[in-house]
Amino acid sequence: MENKLRLQIVSPYGLIFEDDVDEFAAAGSEGDFGVLPGHAPFLTGLKIGMLSYKKGNEAGYIFINRGFAEIGPDKVVVLADSAEKAEDIDTERAKAAMKRAEERLKKAEDIDFARAEAALERATIRTQIAEKRTMR
Amino acid sequence: MPTLRDLRKKIKSIQSTKKITKAMKMVAAAKLRRVQDRMLNFRPYAISMSSVLSDLAAVAERQLHPLLAVRGRKTVEVLVITSDKGLCGAFNTNILRAAANYIESLKKEGFEISLSVVGRKARDYFRRRNLPARKIWIGLSGRIAYTNAQEIASELITNYVSETVDEVVLVYNEFKSLALQKISIVRLLPLGKLESEKGQSEVGPITADFLYEPVVEALFEMLLPKHIEIQVYRALLESSAAEEAARMTAMENAAKNCEDLIQRVTLLANKVRQASITKDLMDIVGGVEALKVK
Repeated sequence: MENKLRLQIVSPYGLIFEDDVDEFAAAGSEGDFGVLPGHAPFLTGLKIGMLSYKKGNEAGYIFINRGFAEIGPDKVVVLADSAEKAEDIDTERAKAAMKRAEERLKKAEDIDFARAEAALERATIRTQIAEKRTMR
Repeated sequence: MPTLRDLRKKIKSIQSTKKITKAMKMVAAAKLRRVQDRMLNFRPYAISMSSVLSDLAAVAERQLHPLLAVRGRKTVEVLVITSDKGLCGAFNTNILRAAANYIESLKKEGFEISLSVVGRKARDYFRRRNLPARKIWIGLSGRIAYTNAQEIASELITNYVSETVDEVVLVYNEFKSLALQKISIVRLLPLGKLESEKGQSEVGPITADFLYEPVVEALFEMLLPKHIEIQVYRALLESSAAEEAARMTAMENAAKNCEDLIQRVTLLANKVRQASITKDLMDIVGGVEALKVK
């Protein structure tokens, strides 16, 4: 198909990404999904995860920390609680956060379990996305 | 005729006023930059959120979520946002006058008013007019956190869901530019456009071909309160940026006025000084003349 998707990613801290892409995939709250131009109207929650898009031969990865996506036939708006492009991820910080979260989970006393787990998940996925960047 | 001593004192005092206003202007400028950054970064998010929501609310069935419910308007909640501190020109005056007019017109139409205010200025104003606010938040301006917005939003939501109020309207200053604040009166609840409802009730609810994941109720449960929080947060940010901008302009004008005053008083002081010199000289000359005659 010739049309493109206008992909816009915004978070409370600013506009993260805006461009025309050919396709993208993201982690929905009920499972991963992919979108091509001409998709039916679709509203979904997003969990902590990676959003990947393709534009021509280029591919890009963006870290999404929870949020929503509204998908229309030619326009997609992602409202993330926070988001980072792969090249903006601070690998050192993510690794440190991963370690901290793992240790906290191991001790497993007097902690907010859900919070620690979410922190671990965020850190893990951030690191994964950062690795994709170095592979390119 | 004022004495030279008094005039010099006056000049000193105006000079120190000028110093203060200049310093306040700088502080306001620094604060403004900080809020403005936060606000400009937040704007696209808030705008996208409200466009998603209005798309959704226009097509979704009203009974899906209590926040979408439209009841007959009986009680209208008006949330007025002002600053805590003064010295910011007409910032508070304008917004309070607009709010009072708006409330007046609602009353004329026969609505009950429930008032809540943010900022000391609004509290004092409405207290003086014998229209005490039901809920007051003060001490926010200058350090607005998202949690403040959450607190306010949850209060508004509770009242709306419990049917204490049937409509919520925000009145605040929108930051347009450094020199311009626009008074904004925005309906926050119920969500969606009122005009579209008439058409809808005739055609019957259109549950558009939207796909929802997870189920629509769960999604709305997350999305709608968040939307309210975001709109409140945005209004708070806008208002606080507008406040600092207004203060900056007001202080700049004050500093300029001080300069004018100093110039005028200095001129006067010089005249008085010259006059006294002339008088002294005339005394001396007169004395010499008197001696000569003898």
